[in-house]
Amino acid sequence: MGNFLPPSLQAAVPTIMQLSYLVAMVLFILGIKKLSSPDTARKGNQMASLGMLLGVVITLLNKGILTFEFIIAGIVVGGVIGIVAARKVAMTAMPEMVALFNGFGGGASALVAWGSLVMAANPAMLGNQVTVTIGISVFIGSITFTGSVIAYGKLQGMISGNPITFPGQHIFNLLITIAGIAFIGLLTASPSSALFLGILFGLSLLLGILMVIPIGGADMPVVISLLNSMSGLAASATGFVINNNLLIISGALVGAAGFILTTIMCKSMNRKLTNVLFGAFGGEGAAAPEASADRNVNQTSADDVAIQTSYSDKVAIIPGYGLAVAQAQHVLKEVADKLEEKGVEVMYGIHPVAGRMPGHMNVLLAEADVPYDQLYDMDEINREMPSTDVVLIIGANDVVNPAAKTQPDSPIYGMPVINVEEAQRTIIFKRSLSPGFSGIDNELFYADDNQMFFGDAKDSLTKLADELKEL
Amino acid sequence: MSGIIFNLFVFVLASFVGFEMISKVPTTLHTPLMSGANAISGITIIGALSVAGQTDSVTAQYIGFAALVFATINVVGGFAVTDRMLEMFKKKEDK
Repeated sequence: MGNFLPPSLQAAVPTIMQLSYLVAMVLFILGIKKLSSPDTARKGNQMASLGMLLGVVITLLNKGILTFEFIIAGIVVGGVIGIVAARKVAMTAMPEMVALFNGFGGGASALVAWGSLVMAANPAMLGNQVTVTIGISVFIGSITFTGSVIAYGKLQGMISGNPITFPGQHIFNLLITIAGIAFIGLLTASPSSALFLGILFGLSLLLGILMVIPIGGADMPVVISLLNSMSGLAASATGFVINNNLLIISGALVGAAGFILTTIMCKSMNRKLTNVLFGAFGGEGAAAPEASADRNVNQTSADDVAIQTSYSDKVAIIPGYGLAVAQAQHVLKEVADKLEEKGVEVMYGIHPVAGRMPGHMNVLLAEADVPYDQLYDMDEINREMPSTDVVLIIGANDVVNPAAKTQPDSPIYGMPVINVEEAQRTIIFKRSLSPGFSGIDNELFYADDNQMFFGDAKDSLTKLADELKEL
Repeated sequence: MSGIIFNLFVFVLASFVGFEMISKVPTTLHTPLMSGANAISGITIIGALSVAGQTDSVTAQYIGFAALVFATINVVGGFAVTDRMLEMFKKKEDK
């Protein structure tokens, strides 16, 4: 498109492009900054998308771009798929969606690096610095691509959520990683070799699969965050290839974001990253020992819960993923509304791993019109616990298990939990006494101040809402 | 300073900026943050455009086309789904 401009303007195009990329970078940074408050977050996202639009439009001025058939076709196809996917996806399926988008981003970066190598008249003339970054970009991008596709398959239930392992897996993965790095070196030495490039692609794609298959469904929040980070790093590596600062900077920002979220998720699950990646832990529905049936629990019913909560000053709700599985967010909101009408203060305490990706539960509750100022994070809700009358625990188990603080031999010992036992009374909504996916018994079930409300979360909450209506 | 070294400086500095900015994002917004950041990582679309629009190699054009489809899904889908999520976040008074 640049070629259609008058010659006097053509000379200025490279400068205009670079300055526009600078503006786009500022829009990205301000956009992310605005994402730090729910009031401004939507605007922040719009600013970032504006930055992206500017970057795309200004790139079309590049004098190397001579044909538009592929560009128009690519944008139309990708745009339609993207819009439809974004509109249709259910909020519960957000982790899968983000995983898949990560994969596409990583895959695109690897393809751009490959394309840059192919379009070079003489790859040997590219120079070591460019070829080595092509290799790195292919490596990271391809791992991100297949890793994300596997993560998507696991979250969708197309691939078993249980860890898939085989003997010697770690050594095998390590060898493939080393081989991958070696082939980056070989490709740098002989950039025209289609064989080396092909092997590098093969090894990286395989490594992505092998890295994610041994990771259990419960650890997926960590994996998605990590893949998010890698998709950023892949973009950054591609920035080195085409020598573009906007790519390098944006990729680095995303890399940092993903890394921070990975760390947060690991901390909240009390796991080390190496342990998540190599531990093969946390399959869904792992064989759980039956809870000791001979111990006494207090049972309660809808009318009793209705009376207890409506005569409280402060009620805290601790939702877990079981709530979302039962699709009970909207009924829960109805219950909360009824309580607020009766002058009860209602707050929601969200544990970082309550959903299937960081912040997932907050989105699910926001979808049910729960105002965000009622959503408290773990530290905030823990400060409120001693002054709370009733805690309703719905579809959550491990995140409120006091064993994390009291039993050094428990697998979840050291994991940060919500201190529900500090409240006056707890009511657990649960199907049965069986422990959660981690197979760990919960002392809280048998506590004097605790009552069990057995049944499906949605049914129980519907009954509770009806009882509250009649009060 | 040669190209790759200069680029490394840019990369490391940007990473620090990223760490500083993102550690301030509250947990409530972590999902939109991730999907928004995800859309930004689709910036690789700029590279895809250059590869798809050049005329030196037809093979590279096809590769560029595939890259462009992937990157566009990432960018358009990522920003759209983030907007859809953030639209739902409402304060109590707004009702």
